[in-house]
Parts: sequence; C-alpha cells; structure tokens
Amino acid sequence: MNSEELQHIVERKQAERAGVRHRVCVCAAAGCQSLGAEAVLEATRKAVKQKGLAESVEVHGTGCLGLCHAGTMVQIESGPPGEEARVLYQKVDAANAEEIVLRHLEGHSDEEHAVAADAPFYAHQRRIVLEGSGRIDPEDIEHCIGAGAYQALHKALTELSPAEVVKEVTTSGLRGRGGAGYPTGLKWGTVSKASAQKKYVICNADEGDPGAFMDRSVLEGDPHRVLEGMAIAAFAVGADQGFIYVRGEYPLAIKRLRQAIKQAERAQLIGNRIFETAFNFRVDLRIGAGAFVCGEETALLQSVEGQRGQPRPRPPFPAQAGLWGEPTLINNVETFANVPTIVNKGGAWFQKIGTAKSTGTKVFALAGKINHTGLIEVPMGMSLRKIIYDIGGGIPGGKAFKAAQTGGPSGGCIPAQHLDLPVDYESLQTVGTIMGSGGLIVMDETSCMVDVARFFMEFCMEESCGKCIPCRAGTVQMHDILQKIVDGRAVESDLGKLEELAELLKSTSLCGLGQTAPNPVVSTLRYFRDEYRAHIEEKRCPAGVCQFGQGKEVAA
Amino acid sequence: METKAQDALVRPSVLPSSHPSGDKRFKMLDAAMKRHQFQSDALLEVLHQAQELFGFLGDDVLIYVGRALKAPLARVYGVATFYNFFTLKPKGAHTCTVCLGTACYVKGASEILNGLREKYGVKPGETTGDGKLSVVVARCVGACGIAPAVAFDSEVTGKQTKARVLERLVPWMERT
Repeated sequence: MNSEELQHIVERKQAERAGVRHRVCVCAAAGCQSLGAEAVLEATRKAVKQKGLAESVEVHGTGCLGLCHAGTMVQIESGPPGEEARVLYQKVDAANAEEIVLRHLEGHSDEEHAVAADAPFYAHQRRIVLEGSGRIDPEDIEHCIGAGAYQALHKALTELSPAEVVKEVTTSGLRGRGGAGYPTGLKWGTVSKASAQKKYVICNADEGDPGAFMDRSVLEGDPHRVLEGMAIAAFAVGADQGFIYVRGEYPLAIKRLRQAIKQAERAQLIGNRIFETAFNFRVDLRIGAGAFVCGEETALLQSVEGQRGQPRPRPPFPAQAGLWGEPTLINNVETFANVPTIVNKGGAWFQKIGTAKSTGTKVFALAGKINHTGLIEVPMGMSLRKIIYDIGGGIPGGKAFKAAQTGGPSGGCIPAQHLDLPVDYESLQTVGTIMGSGGLIVMDETSCMVDVARFFMEFCMEESCGKCIPCRAGTVQMHDILQKIVDGRAVESDLGKLEELAELLKSTSLCGLGQTAPNPVVSTLRYFRDEYRAHIEEKRCPAGVCQFGQGKEVAA
Repeated sequence: METKAQDALVRPSVLPSSHPSGDKRFKMLDAAMKRHQFQSDALLEVLHQAQELFGFLGDDVLIYVGRALKAPLARVYGVATFYNFFTLKPKGAHTCTVCLGTACYVKGASEILNGLREKYGVKPGETTGDGKLSVVVARCVGACGIAPAVAFDSEVTGKQTKARVLERLVPWMERT
C-alpha cells in the first residue's frame, strides 16, 4: 500500500460513513460475549434488515464499552461525522434488542436501558488507548483505517527519522504500562543505539495478574492500534521482526490478533517495503501456555524461544542481548497502544496530560466489591476516591470501603485513609504499592486482608518457576505461615518470621516474581496488622471470612 | 541400560514421516511441525497444536514431537510439565473451569468449588470416576467485570453462584 491508497480508503470510508444515518455498535468484547452479545448483534442485524434500513443503518461489533457488569452494551451513533450524538444502552439482550434499537431509530430513547450521556462513569474518563473501542469494528481493517488507523505509521515512515520518533516518545514522558513504569523513550533509545544485524520488537500481552483485563480489552477492541504501535517502534529502533506473546487464556484476543495480522499483511501495512519505503516489518504470534512468570521479560524471551519460562539473570538486559542474543525491545500492550497517538499529536501534547512525572492516561480494570465493574481510562493523577466513588459508583450494599488492591500479586493495598491519593507511579510507591498493569480490585468490610494476602502468596507459590531457591522455597514457607494464621494455628513469633522471610525474598530472588511476592503481605501488615493480631491472639477473623476449628466467630 | 533405549527413542536415524499407528491426527501434527520447519524453537506452538488434536499430551505424542523436532525428551517433557495449560492426562468429556482470579475469589469463587466437591467428589484438577466431568481452576480468564466467572467447556459465563452452576451442570453434561 502507498500513501495514495491509504488516503483513498480513508476518503471512501468517510463517504460511506456520511451516507449512514445511524451506527449501532454492539460490544463484542469477551465480557459482553459471555452475556450474549453475539445474539444481540444477530437480532439487531435482523431487525434492521427486516425494516429495510440496511442502507442507512450500519450495525457492527466493537471493542469494550466499559460497563461490563451491565452488559450487553450497545452504543448508537446518529448524525453526520464530527457532530454525531451518542446514546448508550445497557443490559440489552436478544429479547429486547430489536425494540430498543428500532425505537431509538424512530427517535425514542428507552429510558430504562439508556445510560445518561453525562453519567459520571463516562464523564470523568479520558480515552486515548481506548479511543477506538466503541467506534470501530476491530474485525475490519478498512473500518479502522477510516477511523484513522495507520496514519501515525505513515507519518513516522514518510516524515520522521527513527531518531525523531524516539525523541517524540521521550518528550511524551510515556512510561511502561506493564507495571514498573520504566521510561519508554529511554528503552527505545537503548535498543536503537545497540549495534546488531538483527533486532526484535516484542509485545508483552501475557497479562498474568489475576483481576486484570485491560490488555485483553485493548487487543480485542483495537488490535490494529497495537500492531501500528509495534511497527512504529520497530522503525524507531531498527528492528524488522516482531512477536506478540499473548496469553493462551484469551481465545478471542488471539482470534482478533490473527485476523488483524492477516488483514494488515494483505493490505501491505505489514511486510516488505511498507508505504514504499525501505522499512520491512513482520509480526508473528506466540501463544503462552499459562505461566505467570512469563510476564517477566527474560522468562518471556525463554518462552518465545520454545523453552521453559525461567528468567535469566540481568544484566545483560534484553535491550542489549534479548531474543536469541540480539537486542530486543519489549513493551506492554498498553504502552504500544499509546504510541500512534503520540506520533500523531506529538510528544508535547501527550506530556500535558496527567502529572509531571506520570504523563498520559492509564486504563484500569475495576473489579471486586464495586458497583460499576468494568474498564475505565483516566488521566494519571486522578484521586482514588474519584475513581472508586464517582466512576465506580461506590461499594454495593452500603458497605464500607476497606482497601483497593493494585498491582496484583506484586502489588499492595491502599487503605481508606489514603483514598485521596493521586493515582500515579510515585504516589502509589509512597504508600507501599505499585501502579501495576492496571487491575484495581476493591475490597469492602467483608474481605479479610489476611486471607487476601494468603491468596496472593498461594498464587506466587504455585507460579514460582523454581529456578532460584529464595522464591521456590520462600513462597512455600510464607504461604504455610499465612495458612496457619487463617486456620487459627499461628503463634506470636510467626509474624516476625513472616517479616524476616519477606525481606529475604525481596533482596535475594532472581527475578521480579520472587522480589515482589512478599509485597501483598508487607502491605497488609503495614495497614491491617490488627487483623493479623486478631487471628493470632484471639483466633478471630474480624471480617468473618476465615473459619477456625470451632466454626465462625462472626456470622457472615 | 535404559539410557540406550531412551537415546534410540529420542534420536532416530530417520525422521518419522508419520506415526506407525496410522492415526490421522499425527499427520495433522506433521503438517503443523512442517509449517515451523521442524524448528525446536516452535516447541510450544507444536505442543499447543498436539493438545488441540489429542486432547492431552500422552507419552507417545511427546516422544513423537521430540523426535521430529530433534529435541531431547527431557526438554519436551520439561516444557510440557512447566506450563499449566498442557495436560498429560486425558480430561473428562466435559470440563468445568472455575476462575480463581482475585476478582472472582473475593466474590466467592471458592464456594462454587466447594459445591462441586460436595456434589461430584472432585477437587480442582480431577475428573469424575465415570470420566464425564473434569473440574479445573483458571488463574484468571479476564472476565473480572462479571465475576465470578465459570466456563462450561469453552463457553464463559459470568455472575455465577454455587446453586446456578450445579443446576446448569446436569443438562449440560447430558449433551454430547
């Protein structure tokens, strides 16, 4: 494909769009699909066709619309492009889809199912990564191109030099969205400076944290954005081969990625001489096989090479010696998804969003004891209170907020006294947790923090790869002590042992898994030590979760 | 000694063109390996394909893959046992997957597992005596927004309870 052809598709799709009066987008992400989105899409298509409206009403599936608990979500866009009105409907099913959609097309909105346009869930969000979700059909590349996909790649290849691309990303202040927050521009710079015949770009889509589904939603809702980001990265660092390492547990994301790669290859947006420049780029998919440790970058490299996913010592870092010993750039899905917007609008534009040190937006998966479970994207630095109470709608059943857990098994919890904390990389660190990949699990007064710590330790114990002893044996020992505490068999000295082990794992494990495995324990000990004490000294679980020998002390 | 016998198994002089059993699935596995030019780097992809074809990774399949990719059996076995996704034992006719991700856990997924254990006497990772039902746990299926999630074979359902799962299991297991 060359520049004219890309422009041609954009114009054709925009003309088509202008001829359509309404556009019905049915959420086709995994959450809504398991609530029957396929049937809703089918019923809507049938209804529109029967009414003879197929010419003026476009019906297609789209990416995550956010409010997963109220699925299936349907968004109807009306009016000419640029000034379209959007109405969102929740809890649509195959039975009521026809009525809701047809009534809307006649100008009557179904009050019962409509979500107010100024609903706080949406009003406080700012969408960059999820920009296309809800607007584009992820299964149709031309539809995506019509909405602006691959324009940034075109700009990078035809107007910018690799060094200029790296500079834009550095200016933007973008930091790794996988959790650690390493400056993306710095990483790109290192790989671009490494001298080697062959370099690789890897997209880490092994979203292993339990309770997190941001990357899954991005891959399902806008796979071309990720491919485009990877291609721009490859151009910037001088790589010509990319891999996407995606979790085997995400069949829909795998399907959409396969489809997207095939379509992009056919359109020659991936392959040789892209946009008639000297730049070549190929992408292959690698399917993970259910090992949490493979989210660690060196373990991921081992896995791509067809080995057991056991981490390698660093240095050398992958940027110097990665896949098959060659310089390799590894970034997370969300990081790549930010890149096209940065190239299009410039690093300086991006840098103004968020806080000084944490720029841009962050996608969070809200889950647990919260009214609006689902997917949100907010500017960095928003307070936790705003996220949980305004966007998330607070805690169900009038219960009291106890803590929010971020960062999965490597993170910690944020208790109620820090609700006004701005959510950015540094602030979260000061209270003993991490940004993580974006899973935000809310716990109320009925959640036992000791049990949650035990849950995460069990997770790390089972997912430890076994290569280094501190992690392999240490997680087992820590889990045993936590199990004793929740069973009411622990003694006073166990808390000290637990803290000693936590320090040991943190300072001597080989990779991030072992080094961060104690975090949930350390963090809950910091804020909820009295709960540990109640378990040990009084054999009582304040939340009424843990069952001791003689049955529950507190009725649930 | 055993080492010799193993050596013969792992490094045959001629590459097998297909399995002596005549099982057609081996031919399909051959095709998959050929796509990867019999590179041992592709071991994970090949095992994925093998499990899809056979339902599980039996000894004969592992040996076969090892030979074709010229990879020592120790490595093939090591990889097959390292990753949770691969199973070395046949599964039941139906698989009920209970998600134990954090969101599902705090919303009571363990109650569902207790219910399954009470009624069918199977713990996670086990199959009922009649081979009809396997119960497995998932680390997180990414359906946290509709937790707790339970998958009946490949169909993921959300907002489940112990009662709803047990009620649904009966008609679902009758299906073939």
